[in-house]
Amino acid sequence: MDTIFALASGAGRAGISVVRISGPQAEEIAGTLMNNVPETRGVRVLTDNSGLQLDQALVLHFLKSNSFTGEPVVELHLHGSPAIVSAVHASLAHAGGRQAEAGEFTRRALENGKLDLAQVEGLADLIDAETESQRRQAMRVFAGGLGELAETWRKDLIRAAALVEATIDFADEDVPVDVFPEVRMLLSQVVEGMATQMSGVGIAERIRDGFEVAIVGAPNVGKSTLLNRLAGRDAAITSEVAGTTRDVIEVRMDLGGLPVTLLDTAGIRQTTDIVEKIGVDRALNRAANADLRVFLVDGNEKPVEMVQDGDIVLAAKADQHPDRPKGVSGLTGEGVDQLVEQISRTLGDRAQGAGLAIRERHRDAMKAATVRIMEVQAAISQGEPIDLVAEDIRQAIRAVDMIVGRVDVEDLLDEIFSSFCIGK
Amino acid sequence: MKHFDVVIVGGGHAGSEAAWVASQMGAKTALVTLRRDTIGVMSCNPAIGGLGKGHLVREIDALGGIMGLAADAAGIQFRLLNRTKGPAVQGPRAQSDRVLYREFVQTALGSLANLTIIEGEASDLIVEQEEISGLTLADGSQIRTNNIVLTTGTFLRGVIHIGDESRPGGRMGDKASIAMAERLESFDLPLGRLKTGTPPRLDGATIDWTGLEMQPGDDDPSLFSFMSKGPSARQISCGITHTNETTHNIIRENLNRSAMYGGHIDGVGPRYCPSIEDKVVRFADKTSHQVFLEPEGLNTSTIYPNGISTSLPQDVQLAYVRSIAGLENVEIQQLGYAIEYDYVDPRALAASLELHKCAGLFLAGQINGTTGYEEAAAQGMVAAINAVQRSRHQEAITFSRKDSYIGVMIDDLTSRGVAEPYRMFTSRAEFRLLLRADNADQRLTPRGHTLGIVSSDRWAAFNQKMDEINKLKDSLSDVVFSAREIAATGAKLNPDGPKRSALDALTLSDFTFDNLAVLAPTLQLPDHSIKTQIKNDALYANYIRRQEKDILAISKDEALKIPHDTIYGSIGGLSTEMRQKLEQARPNSIAQARRIDGMTPAAILVLVGHLNRQQSSKVG
Repeated sequence: MDTIFALASGAGRAGISVVRISGPQAEEIAGTLMNNVPETRGVRVLTDNSGLQLDQALVLHFLKSNSFTGEPVVELHLHGSPAIVSAVHASLAHAGGRQAEAGEFTRRALENGKLDLAQVEGLADLIDAETESQRRQAMRVFAGGLGELAETWRKDLIRAAALVEATIDFADEDVPVDVFPEVRMLLSQVVEGMATQMSGVGIAERIRDGFEVAIVGAPNVGKSTLLNRLAGRDAAITSEVAGTTRDVIEVRMDLGGLPVTLLDTAGIRQTTDIVEKIGVDRALNRAANADLRVFLVDGNEKPVEMVQDGDIVLAAKADQHPDRPKGVSGLTGEGVDQLVEQISRTLGDRAQGAGLAIRERHRDAMKAATVRIMEVQAAISQGEPIDLVAEDIRQAIRAVDMIVGRVDVEDLLDEIFSSFCIGK
Repeated sequence: MKHFDVVIVGGGHAGSEAAWVASQMGAKTALVTLRRDTIGVMSCNPAIGGLGKGHLVREIDALGGIMGLAADAAGIQFRLLNRTKGPAVQGPRAQSDRVLYREFVQTALGSLANLTIIEGEASDLIVEQEEISGLTLADGSQIRTNNIVLTTGTFLRGVIHIGDESRPGGRMGDKASIAMAERLESFDLPLGRLKTGTPPRLDGATIDWTGLEMQPGDDDPSLFSFMSKGPSARQISCGITHTNETTHNIIRENLNRSAMYGGHIDGVGPRYCPSIEDKVVRFADKTSHQVFLEPEGLNTSTIYPNGISTSLPQDVQLAYVRSIAGLENVEIQQLGYAIEYDYVDPRALAASLELHKCAGLFLAGQINGTTGYEEAAAQGMVAAINAVQRSRHQEAITFSRKDSYIGVMIDDLTSRGVAEPYRMFTSRAEFRLLLRADNADQRLTPRGHTLGIVSSDRWAAFNQKMDEINKLKDSLSDVVFSAREIAATGAKLNPDGPKRSALDALTLSDFTFDNLAVLAPTLQLPDHSIKTQIKNDALYANYIRRQEKDILAISKDEALKIPHDTIYGSIGGLSTEMRQKLEQARPNSIAQARRIDGMTPAAILVLVGHLNRQQSSKVG
């Protein structure tokens, strides 16, 4: 296995730059740059192979049992100059290290069992987190919450498998004869737990990728002006001419800690202009699929029919019509704070529904496991041969394992032996 | 001086199977045993088979071994366990008459022209340059051979415990092989210590059988051998009784006098075969345990009370036994005892069961940390096959997890070692639906034929059976029914679904040949066993298809052979821990390396990379 190194902090000038070295020869390679690598931490002068001083660095040394990657790791905390970093990289390469590929440290952590797959995904999200809700969600996953949950499902399924296997392998022993009530209970427990998590995946994806909030209304009610006010910059072109916004304009923003993409859509009206018509269709489509719609209504007209539960309907141009209740004006900012609060409250409530499963992959694995478990349930109620039931449970366990780990027959036997008195 | 191609040491179940197989293969074979009349002795319970174990016996038989035939000849009560469950998990089991069993084995071995039976104690191995060159007997005589199969059972530093008394000994009445243990120790092999126990043997004439539940054998007995037609001995029933609170109190009050609980024993015992002391302590809330009263034979009064093995002293054994219903006035013929013995960590063995550290020395049976006659015989067979192969300078024969329980066991042993006496369970086989007792012949008889173990009678019978199966399969594929017709026979399926051939319809678990007879009364159907075979194949066909991806993955990993002389220290990137694990188990393929406990995916990647580089440098 190669020993790899890479800049672990951001590129460019900075106060400090961290170079991480990981692999079986990490200590040896780092040792060529300094006089004795500290046991845990210490300040060392780094020199290149001709003895020329490169930098004075804080050196951290992790044994493989305690390191991020599960291999010996040495970290060099350098002064944050690109020149120092590249000189240190050159010396490390000269000493036999190899520049790490993208994600290679994490991959090693995964391969050495330091992180499970879900944690790796959580870590990726954590690094990408821009808003508070994203940080919290990624942290939950990185802390291993999904792995723990999968572990409880796995335990339940292994228990179910052990019950079934006990009646097979110890048929002539003192084992319970009818294990199916408990097996059924365990199976439905897992199915329910997964259903909850699966229903949260959609929200979790929103938290990661952003909620879409569409501003919808007839032409020239001030949708773009409102968007610009919300975004605090001129993102959409606004003008007095109706039908200006022909494409969908997106603005990403942090709304009360939630990532929100505001969509400014074409004004909705009957039109003969082919280009505008395409814009209107697109607007209708995007708006319908958005997480939330803010309808701007001018005067007494009814909002378009697509109002869904939780959507916000406001009176447009409050600056010109102060008498209308629930008014908003992008021009003066009237009602905008209330709108922001209402959007973030509505979305915040929904964000509560997010669980630990945050990706399509998780949902697929849970779906596959659920399908298998439902097959087990069907097989039991149809009185299929028990070895087929057992095989279906094994497949279900493997599907759960796709979220994190793997099953072993010893796990089954452990469960059997700790539960029943075997041996006639 | 005498010279043999293969020498078998020990005449237990591993040894007698090994002697039979080596001789059948045409090797000049010797069997060294302390006493000729103890060959094939059942020293523990008088039964063969069971769940997982029954599968092993069928496989031994399919390959041309002797155990199945012996068990059928000696069987006095046949029961197919899990009869009401799927055929993949059904296991044949039989109570055996000890005398009939032993006699059958001794007669069979006695009939082999190229087998010499030598009475004596094998006291030492002759080793030249880490290779076997002969065997020394206790009387000083020597035998020249380059291939020894050692099947010493519990004789390695065996210690017998009854209460606080202990003495060296193999099984009751035999002496332990201390010299041989020291020899093995000189190879610097990893040795461990295990224990096992037996119940007191009872005099059946002093048991009050009235009022005890009796369990007869099956009306339609399932035999072990594909060659057997029916039981030959008279059939009997076993009795069932139960321990009670009084029994448990007696045991609880005397726990400190038990060898196991008194701290006299360090060995690890099997979790699946606990002593009665263990049962009472670990499952304190159970007020009663089942005890099977198994006759040891037709012409003896000895009863083996299965379920109450113990190492309590004499007076306590008598007291607790007499507290059990039906046993109030029972006499004990032989006390129960616990035995501790050395075993060799089987990770020191290749998949051929040859020791990595001594060429030509094969180990089989309890010495490898297993328990059970069936496990021992299966190993004896594999060791003998490979000893013969080696004597002919031919490649080792290995069995895979995907072709047999034998393969599962040997892979488990040699890649993972043992933590307790290893016993076969059906749940150990991930391809359980494929590795059935009913198709053991299809899986293994052609192999046994190639190796020269299968007799010509068996080979002819097998070919005839396969012909009949194929013919019937063809004709079943030609007959097609609508889903509505099939559903009308009572099978659960959507009546509006597509048409199915009769063979397809049989994949439905509730569509049997009886349903088929209703649909196609004119269809010619052969005898029972052919139909059963086809129904079983069909029943699992869809599941086995699902497993094909896994089977393919294993085959790929098995094809990635790791050369025996691989120096793991020279492979860059293997951590010390991984290197040690690999050096200990010396896996023969990536498939086996993967199964080593604690092996990381990263280490496997490094290993695969190394093998690929080796391969390409050889080609280039």
